[in-house]
Amino acid sequence: MNTSEIKTRFPIFQHHPELVYLDSAATSLKPQTVIDAEREYLEEYSTNVGRGLYPLAEKATEKFEAVREKVARHIKAAGSQEIIFTSSTTGSINLAADLLNHTVNNGDNLIITAMEHHSNFLPWQELVRQKNADLRVAPLTQTGELDLGILQNLVDARTKIVAFTAVSNVLGTINPVQEIVTIIKNINPHTLILVDAAQATGSIPLDVTRWNADLVAFSAHKMFGPTGVGVLYGKSHLLEKLRPVTFGGNMVLDVGQASETIYKEAPTRFEAGTPNIGGVIALGAALDYIENLGPANIRGHEKNLTDHALKRLQETFRNDIRIIGPINPERHGSIISFALNGIHPHDIAHLLGEKNICIRAGHHCAAPLHRALGLDATTRISFSVYNNEDDVEKLIGVLKEIQKMFLMK
Amino acid sequence: MSLYQDCILDHYRNPRNHGTLLRATHRASTNNPVCGDKLQMDLIVKNDIIEDARFSGAGCAISQASASLLTETLKKKTSADARAIKPADILKLLGVPLSPNRLKCGLLSLETLKKALNNKM
Ligand SMILES: Cc1ncc(COP(=O)(O)O)c(C=O)c1O
Repeated sequence: MNTSEIKTRFPIFQHHPELVYLDSAATSLKPQTVIDAEREYLEEYSTNVGRGLYPLAEKATEKFEAVREKVARHIKAAGSQEIIFTSSTTGSINLAADLLNHTVNNGDNLIITAMEHHSNFLPWQELVRQKNADLRVAPLTQTGELDLGILQNLVDARTKIVAFTAVSNVLGTINPVQEIVTIIKNINPHTLILVDAAQATGSIPLDVTRWNADLVAFSAHKMFGPTGVGVLYGKSHLLEKLRPVTFGGNMVLDVGQASETIYKEAPTRFEAGTPNIGGVIALGAALDYIENLGPANIRGHEKNLTDHALKRLQETFRNDIRIIGPINPERHGSIISFALNGIHPHDIAHLLGEKNICIRAGHHCAAPLHRALGLDATTRISFSVYNNEDDVEKLIGVLKEIQKMFLMK
Repeated sequence: MSLYQDCILDHYRNPRNHGTLLRATHRASTNNPVCGDKLQMDLIVKNDIIEDARFSGAGCAISQASASLLTETLKKKTSADARAIKPADILKLLGVPLSPNRLKCGLLSLETLKKALNNKM
């Protein structure tokens, strides 16, 4: 993958030529085509969708709905009726929890895992609290992978929902989604499964049909798209059965005062109000960007770079570094978290920042996981298509300086 | 100017008044959820005079150096004088400007001190 050519497509590098951006897991940078798509909507046809009968509004509606089709094709859904637009992964998971609220009763159980982002933890914690149900947390192995044996034992006849991440935003672990779904459905075919794909999109090729998950959530901004747009995929036969949980314009066929209000079909009945139209259209451009590079090529590039970085970090810092997460590159996405002996992650992040190297420090919205690891915070680097081995060397060079500065007596 | 001046690094590497006090009359601990910094402050206050102050905990260099610098100024102060210490005084001790997202780290020591003064054992 020609990273210097790729960099020319991301205008942020013209504004900051020295930038070493190693925080794509927080949000990815945006290519010019994505920026242009949103700007074109705002400048040339910024009309509402789904209502107007004049050509500009028809154009906006067409472009908007075309992205729904594109998302469906990209993640290999059965059709665009399975794609609900939301505000973010967080918005999608909260929507899912609200949609499924009525299916959970006193004495039922929900399962999540110890590697979940707070977004895929708190909505379920709140749901079980409301319903007096049980929240079971599937533990991890020593290498930071899901312990499938234990997970299997947690599932029973009263397991209503299992929610887990496709790729951990801390450990980098790529979970075997299809295998996990099969295990769960073999034990209880009625259990509904939600996959948090926030860290998978834009990094590993997706196939929700093969995954066989009932619901899948992700954000546009982690896949080269804008902030403020998310997707909740749901199997059509599930969505058809669910009642809306937010109410307003755009989602009804007929509103009666005394008689029954008739809601539109899924997915429109779950999208009350005016959506983020320009953002959705820009997501379409982000999907084109990914398709043009090729999802398999992106994964190949990130895998090589992650493997290289893991080796370089270990050979440079040896016993002073603790890498959190699987070392096997097949099971590792483009995220590496680590702890450096004697140096707090916030100091590392700050000092790297002074050298234009952007990384993350903290618990990465996964406090329960850090508690399990016995660490208050970790340092995280993450790669995307615009990163290369030079970035890794710059990072290691500055890390060595920081280490010298801190360990000097 | 880098935040990490020699003074801060020195206090981080060789913290002054580090530890706990068995006979503490006042004690409190706090944490900074953003970075996971933790601080505990132990005081011995006699006749309204701070006789001894120690801190313990773990966290970033800014939070720990700030605690070390602060404890150095506490001995022989009246508790009223200690209560009157302001954020600006801590920033002066640190000697570097803090960006908004590091302010919490820098001021954790002061927060812990105030909490300890209100927490007689
Ligand atoms: C695994 C995972 N889930 C959910 C989220 C939340 O995404 P958003 O903030 O876009 O809602 C993130 C973002 O950091 C994430 O990494």
